[in-house]
Amino acid sequence: MAQIFHRSANFLARFSLFGTVVLGGLALTGVLVVARSPYITNERVSRNQPIQFSHKHHVGDEGIDCRYCHTSVESSAYAGIPPTKTCMNCHSVLFNNVGYLEPLRESYRTDQSIQWVKVHRLADYVYFNHSIHINKGIGCSSCHGSINQMPLVFQASPLTMSWCLDCHRNPQANLRPKDQIFNMDWKAPADQEEAGKQLAAEYKLRTTVELTSCSTCHR
Amino acid sequence: MSVTRPPVGAPEIRRLDPVLEPGHTYASVTDKIAAVVLTRPLGIGWLAGFTLTFSLVMLLFGSLAWLIVKGVGIWGINIPIGWGFAIVNFVWWIGIGHAGTLISAILFLLNQKWRTSINRFAEAMTLFAVACAGIFPLIHTGRPWMAYYMMPYPSTMGIWPQFRSPLIWDVFAVSTYGTVSLLFWFIGLLPDLATLRDRAKNRFQQLIYGALALGWRGSAHHWHRYQSAYLLLAGLATPLVLSVHTVVSFDFAVAIVPGWHTTIFPPYFVAGAIYSGFAMVLTLAIPLRKVYGLEDFITMRHLDNMAKVMLATGLIVAYGYFVEFFMAFYSGNKFDVFLAQQRLHGPYAHYYYALILCNILTPQLLWFEKVRRNVAALFVMSLVINTGMWLERFVIVVISLTRDFVPSAWGRYQPTFWDFSTFIGTLGLFVMLIFLFVRGLPAIAISEMRELVAHESHSGGDHK
Repeated sequence: MAQIFHRSANFLARFSLFGTVVLGGLALTGVLVVARSPYITNERVSRNQPIQFSHKHHVGDEGIDCRYCHTSVESSAYAGIPPTKTCMNCHSVLFNNVGYLEPLRESYRTDQSIQWVKVHRLADYVYFNHSIHINKGIGCSSCHGSINQMPLVFQASPLTMSWCLDCHRNPQANLRPKDQIFNMDWKAPADQEEAGKQLAAEYKLRTTVELTSCSTCHR
Repeated sequence: MSVTRPPVGAPEIRRLDPVLEPGHTYASVTDKIAAVVLTRPLGIGWLAGFTLTFSLVMLLFGSLAWLIVKGVGIWGINIPIGWGFAIVNFVWWIGIGHAGTLISAILFLLNQKWRTSINRFAEAMTLFAVACAGIFPLIHTGRPWMAYYMMPYPSTMGIWPQFRSPLIWDVFAVSTYGTVSLLFWFIGLLPDLATLRDRAKNRFQQLIYGALALGWRGSAHHWHRYQSAYLLLAGLATPLVLSVHTVVSFDFAVAIVPGWHTTIFPPYFVAGAIYSGFAMVLTLAIPLRKVYGLEDFITMRHLDNMAKVMLATGLIVAYGYFVEFFMAFYSGNKFDVFLAQQRLHGPYAHYYYALILCNILTPQLLWFEKVRRNVAALFVMSLVINTGMWLERFVIVVISLTRDFVPSAWGRYQPTFWDFSTFIGTLGLFVMLIFLFVRGLPAIAISEMRELVAHESHSGGDHK
């Protein structure tokens, strides 16, 4: 009786066993890698803005404090995007006729807000509050990175839930003294482990159980 | 039936019906079973049945699509009754599968010859029942596309599933069960697939059965490995008969809801699962042997034995009901006592009495040999028991949830059209898969029947 299958079918049969395991494993790994990649998290992706506003220039070179523009960061969930009038405090005099600031002047004339593009987008089901982080010793740059070196702001952190939890499980590693919160160049000192514990006590930080409870962030 | 009268005064020796009617040879067994798949034309009955069940599957797909569009609000569930038909049907279907595993694994290890002609389609029944069961936990979450959240994988959320929750144990129990059942079934099919390949009438059949047979040549090596693998899988599947429904019962027993929080649940769920499973095997076996003329292979001995298993497990289930009641009053817990009274006098009491009638009273007829040997009666009884087991899950799920601790948390449950359409749809899916199975694969294990032929011809067929 003639053979139904060619000899090569033996190879195919064995390869399919191997292939299922290896290719399946590779596919799964691939999905997990993509889920962490900037393609999904938007980490390190610069966004075009209506005006190419440079934080590097304003913060890094000029030394303007974060709170000059983001006025509500210490008292509210939302850090606040400055109104055009805040810009015009300086730009009614400085660079007041350069072309690239025309959208700013137009916004001032017409009383229409500039449509800035949001860079840090959290999911709708996450309750995030800036003020509690600022008041409990988490500095801006811990999450936002070195804003003072960014010509255009990009997301410096992945903003995944595991990234949030890394800190909520061990906040001591990132706690700063009150006067260092807005320091863009803060680095954890050598004795951070000890200092962090002291600061945690000083700030009356909640326990890890409370900080990692579902309803702390998903209310 | 070959009962010979013993001489007066002699101890009574009953000659049992054979597990294989005498006069069969290797060839006749193979011919008869393979013919159903390879040569028998598609009759009007098969086509009509397939068409009907196929349209029910379309009803299922329609219901699922509508569910995904609208959400679980199309069902009758609402707080406090978050579990309705979906969980009732899940437990019912997964329970039915247990008989297949018991027949194929435990009876195999116990060397019960009568399992041979019913194990193949009982295992198929297991697989199809698990497939139907698997639909429900998936869709009752409301967002089935997020179901992968239940699997432990290194997610970007930095958390794992709640391993202390029985719902997660369920995921493992059911997926393990499905996998082992599929492997067991497929390994057992290999020699038969090779037989079909060798007897195939056309190139298409040759290719399909040939590819599935994985190059089986029937060499001594093949048989040796086949038997080791089969034995190993039987060993693996054996604990699953007990563990899967135990875990399913934990979904209830671990919760503190009155009527659920009891230690009798695991054993009585397992017994109930085997009970309903054997009822379903009978529901399938009786028409199967009739339509395809397989009475020689599925003999009265099989039906009788299965009826006895049903009677035994039915009594365990009855004991479970009794202990539930006893413990409610013995514990003195007023919520448990209240729930027991609600079963007897509450708004769903008629379900409870129907359950007692179907699951406890009717099966007592199986004590009588006349009933066990009456095919029509057995068929009707298997349907009654399946109904009863479905009612049992309905009583457990609905009565407890509608009568919680405080009256302000009480409610009522009324299934909607979509509840019924989804349930009936899975019934259609199950029967449609059975229809495809009996015409696509040998419904009785040919190779094992050949062994039985050898065995019976040597020992005369009257041994245990």
